[in-house]
Amino acid sequence: MMVLPNIGPLSTAGPDEILRPVRPWFIVATLIAALALNLMPLSGVALALRPDFIALVLLYWCIQEPRYVGVGVAWTIGLLMDVGDATLFGQHALAYAFLAYAAEYFRRRVLRFPLWQQAAQVAVLLALCAGLVLLVRIVGGAPLPRWTYVVPPLVGALLWPVVTVLLQWPQRPQHSGVEL
Amino acid sequence: MPYIPVEPPPFFRRGPSPLARLAFFGCISIALLFVDTRYHYLEGLRHVAAVGLYPLQRVVQMPGEAIGWVGGYFVSLRELSEDNVVLKRQSVEHAAVAQSYAATQDENARLRALLDMRNRFATGAKAVEVLYTGRDPFAQKLFVDKGMDADIQAGEAVIDADGVVGQVTRVYPYMAEVTLVTDKDHAVPVQIQRSGVRSVLYGSGAGRPPELRFMAPSADIQVGDVLVTSGLDGTYPPGLAVARVATLDRETGQIFARIACTPLAGVDRSEHLLVVGRQSPAITRPEEPAAQDQGKKMGRAKRRGGATP
Repeated sequence: MMVLPNIGPLSTAGPDEILRPVRPWFIVATLIAALALNLMPLSGVALALRPDFIALVLLYWCIQEPRYVGVGVAWTIGLLMDVGDATLFGQHALAYAFLAYAAEYFRRRVLRFPLWQQAAQVAVLLALCAGLVLLVRIVGGAPLPRWTYVVPPLVGALLWPVVTVLLQWPQRPQHSGVEL
Repeated sequence: MPYIPVEPPPFFRRGPSPLARLAFFGCISIALLFVDTRYHYLEGLRHVAAVGLYPLQRVVQMPGEAIGWVGGYFVSLRELSEDNVVLKRQSVEHAAVAQSYAATQDENARLRALLDMRNRFATGAKAVEVLYTGRDPFAQKLFVDKGMDADIQAGEAVIDADGVVGQVTRVYPYMAEVTLVTDKDHAVPVQIQRSGVRSVLYGSGAGRPPELRFMAPSADIQVGDVLVTSGLDGTYPPGLAVARVATLDRETGQIFARIACTPLAGVDRSEHLLVVGRQSPAITRPEEPAAQDQGKKMGRAKRRGGATP
C-alpha cells in the first residue's frame, strides 16, 4: 500500500480543500531562499538560463497572500538585489514594485485558471518586469543585451507550477493522503 | 434628514491602495536611479547593504567551492606528473630570462636614479580570486574575494598572467567589483607595441570585441599587432599587454578605420588575478595656457591697433 499526498488537480486550492492560513515566517524564509538562489555564483549557460527567482516567489506571494506581501516588500527586496548585483540603485526595486502592483491587479483573474494557463500569464508579467529593467538601463545608456535576455522570463514561467506546488505544500490539509 | 455616508465604513484597514503605493515607491526608485547615476551619493548605503548580504553570498558559494575542492582532490596522478614535467621545463626556460631580468632591473634602477625619474612600476600587487561573474546582463563585471580588508582601492588595475583584465571600480569591505576591459563604459589608453602609435581601447559590451576608435585609416597598424597600456592615464602601469588587433577595416566609407581587437587576458576565464597598485600619483594636468593666449590676442590687438592709428 502506498500513500501519496493528494496534490489534487493541478490548480491552486481545488474546490474540495481549504488551504490553511500561511505562516508569516514561511513567507520570509521563502523570500530569503529566493534571494540566495538569485545570488548564486553562476556563469555561462547556467547564468543565461537562470530565472529571476525573487520575481517568481514575489509574484506567487503577491497573488496568494496580498495582505502580507505587496508593493512595499517587493521594493525593499529589489533594493537588496540592486546591491547584490551591483546594478543601479532602484532598478530592481522599481521593477519588483511594478511586478507586485501588476500581480495585485491581476490576481483574481490569474487564480481562475489552471496552473499551466497561469504560467502563460506569469510569463507576460515576468517579461514586463524584465522589460522595465531593460528600459531603465537603456535610458541610463547601457547597450542592448544579447537575445538570451528573453530566456529567463520564459524559464521562470515554466517553473511557475513547480513554485506553486512547493510553496503551497505547508498549507495543504495534512490528512488528505489518497490510499492506492 | 440624517446624513448618510456615501462610503461604507471600512471593515478591513489595508492602508493606501496598491496604485498609491506603486506611485510612492516608483517615485523613490526613480529618484534613487537619478541620484545613483548622476551624483554617486549612495555608496555608503550600498556598503551597509553589501555587508548585510555578505553572509548569504558566502553560504551560496559554499556548494560550488565544495565541488571544486572535491574535484581538485581527485585530479589524476598522471595529470599531475604531466604538469610537473611541463613546469620544470618552463622553469628552466624562464631561468635565463629571469637572471638577465635581475641584472637589467638593477641597471635600470641605477639609470633611473641618475635621471631622477619617478619609479614607474607599482610597488604592491595583491593576488585575488574571482568570487563570481556579475549577473547584470548590461555590464561586464566580476567580483573578487578581497576588498577594503586587503587595502584594495578603486581605480587599481587588475591583470592576469596574460594581460589586463580590467579595473577595480567599487570596493566593499570584503570584496571588490572589477569592471572588465570589455565593458561598454570602459576605456584603456594603449599603445601599439610595434609602432608606438597611441590610441584608446574602448569596450563594446558583452559578445562584441573591444575596438580602437578614432584611428585614421592610414594609421600604422596591422592585424596581429599587440596593444600595451601606455600609462598616460595614471591608472594602468605602462607596458601591460591588453589586446591583439583581430580585424582591420580601412575602407569603411567614414573618416575612421574600424579596428576590432581580442583581449589577451582570459577576461571571462581567469580565476586568479593580480590587483596592481596605482602607480605614483597621476601627473596633474598643467594649467591651460589661457594667460599666454590672452597675451597673444592682446598682442595681435595691439599690432592691429598699431596698424590703424
